[in-house]
Amino acid sequence: METQRTLSVLVKNRPRVLARVAGLFARRGFNIDSLAVSTTEDEAISRMTIATTADPPTLKQIAKQVQKLHDVVRVIDHTEQKVVERELCLVKVRVERTQRPELISLCDVFRGDIVDIGNGGVIVQIIGDSDKIDAFVDLMGEYEIVEMVRSGKIVLDRGAQG
Amino acid sequence: MSQEMIPGAQALLRVFEEENVDVFFGYPGGSVIPIYDALYDAENVRGVLPRHEQGAAHAADGYARVTGRVGVCMATSGPGACNLVTGLATAYMDSIPIVAITGQVKTNLVGTDSFQEADVTGITIPITKHNYLIKDPHEIERFPDILREAFYLARSGRPGPVLVDIPFDVSAGPVPWVERNIEALDGFEELAVPDDADIDRAADMIEAAQRPVLLIGGGVVHAGASDEIRALAEKCSLCVVHTLMAKGCFPETHPQSMGMPGMHGMAYGSYAIQHADLLIVIGARFDDRITGDLSRFAPDAKVIHIDIDAAEIDKVREAQVGIAADARIATRELTQAVSARDAGEWEAHLQQFKADHPLCFADEDELMAPQLVVSKLYEITEGRAIVTTEVGQNQMWAAHYYPLLEPRRWCTSGGLGTMGYGHPAAIGAQVGRPGELVVDIAGDGSIQMCIQELATGVIEKLPIKIIILNNSYLGMVRQWQDVFYSKRYSGVDLTGNPDFVRLAEAYGAVGLRCAEREQVVATLEQALAVDDRPVVVDFAVSKEENVFPFIPAGKSYEDIMHCPLRQTQ
Repeated sequence: METQRTLSVLVKNRPRVLARVAGLFARRGFNIDSLAVSTTEDEAISRMTIATTADPPTLKQIAKQVQKLHDVVRVIDHTEQKVVERELCLVKVRVERTQRPELISLCDVFRGDIVDIGNGGVIVQIIGDSDKIDAFVDLMGEYEIVEMVRSGKIVLDRGAQG
Repeated sequence: MSQEMIPGAQALLRVFEEENVDVFFGYPGGSVIPIYDALYDAENVRGVLPRHEQGAAHAADGYARVTGRVGVCMATSGPGACNLVTGLATAYMDSIPIVAITGQVKTNLVGTDSFQEADVTGITIPITKHNYLIKDPHEIERFPDILREAFYLARSGRPGPVLVDIPFDVSAGPVPWVERNIEALDGFEELAVPDDADIDRAADMIEAAQRPVLLIGGGVVHAGASDEIRALAEKCSLCVVHTLMAKGCFPETHPQSMGMPGMHGMAYGSYAIQHADLLIVIGARFDDRITGDLSRFAPDAKVIHIDIDAAEIDKVREAQVGIAADARIATRELTQAVSARDAGEWEAHLQQFKADHPLCFADEDELMAPQLVVSKLYEITEGRAIVTTEVGQNQMWAAHYYPLLEPRRWCTSGGLGTMGYGHPAAIGAQVGRPGELVVDIAGDGSIQMCIQELATGVIEKLPIKIIILNNSYLGMVRQWQDVFYSKRYSGVDLTGNPDFVRLAEAYGAVGLRCAEREQVVATLEQALAVDDRPVVVDFAVSKEENVFPFIPAGKSYEDIMHCPLRQTQ
């Protein structure tokens, strides 16, 4: 069944490595729903967290194709793993002064933080798994969302294994 | 101990020597002048000068296919490197080991749209196994090792092209020389060996099968597994079908050979697959030209799939046993593990398929059928040629009517289907195996895509034979228009072709023409007698001959269109 699944791709920190991985997804017709890239505990290695919508055989094929790239060290398929998943979202909404108390209490429920208030606009930061962020963004639809950005999800498997 | 510093161009030539590269195919230009300057004094390596960089890439590819070594091509930055693209894509699709060396503008100019600059590493990411731009200090420091890594990657695992983009100042400037240690290279791996349990399961499946078919592909060539394939086939009485890429890996004249299945394959080979209850697939990847409509391909068959590339297993067709390993090792182990079996009743069915559906063409008095030309070529050369092909009808007729007994005698663009491939590939093949008879079976369309390489063949004194099956059409497209588009021949008429005889002569090659079927053998003999330059033979063949059998794209083996001759019999 096609659902969103997550791969972590550990890559050598080399020029063009992002283009190699992203290009592979594009030319083989795989989706990238979100992508987050960062440094890791090893300075020679970067970690790409890629959310993709695929059925299990397609995901397996994606993982095998990505693994073939020379600059890819390891591909981790998080399907059926116990994971910690987080994403960060900033939402800028236009609210009247009178609406602020209501907004603040909504943020409290979602453990969101108001990180900026000014000139009719409020920026809320919210951290959580993607479902939580989706729910919060839906709720913000009641106000006027001026702009929004999401970091893309990052994932680590639980337990002591790397 | 101080590090030895040498110019990058010298380092390149030293690595060539380590890798036993004694010849490469390259075209100079501004950014590779330092390399060509170093070459001026080099004693152990020489450059063959094609007349277009596409010719360089295809020649390196042909060289690699017939020798089993890494082919090397070279081009300058920008347009030169871009002209390699078709050749690299061709090699990538067919898993051919090539190292392409390209010049690049000076490191401080990279990214500034400077003269003759193109982002060649960017352009070639999808058509190379890997590529390198030597730009940053840590890359320049590792320059000799990166070159070694390029050769290693090109030939190891699933082979393929690797490109190294070298800025002018890197080849002109100093780089540290380090000694060779292949096993320390980034990416070094031992040859993949199969899991014993998988081999045992595969052996059990073969022993249990009633109607097994062994399907072999280009991976068998790369792994050098022909002897092992034959041992397995003979021990288990397996019929063998081959993809276009595996032509010659199992002798086509062997009684167990069922030819090439697929879109233009032999109908008996396709029927064998269609009725199989077990497919043993080794070094092949279920290309759409083999399978047609996947949902109707080998519907009753279980699959054992052996491939060095794990990503091929389950990619197109699910395998009940998938073995990601070297084809030679895996086939040998499988042969040891399996018990001998005879073909049983299946044998009679297979022979019946063969008897019922032979290849055929209209061999009538007034016609010079293209198939007749290839058949006669086969007869008088006794099947001992190295055959290269262009792409289109000529390619399929070569596959049908020039059976081969050994691997590495066949150069054809199977995956990409590149017109213009055969002529430069023949040049590369002849350079790689100077003593052999090399024949390019061409069409009048394809040959004009790299015709300029006649100059290369003449200068290099290469006695290649270019057999043009000249129907004055882009024959394969015309065939589709004939069959599916009510003979609305659109854009396929090649009226205006040059006089190929005079064209050959203008280059200093030999040109021959044959317009009568009685003259085919005599003309071929005349061509074979030339031993110091290329020969172009222009055969005026019947204009509207089609390739049969023919399975329309997306259809299945149930939809085979046979030669009309057979239907009227």
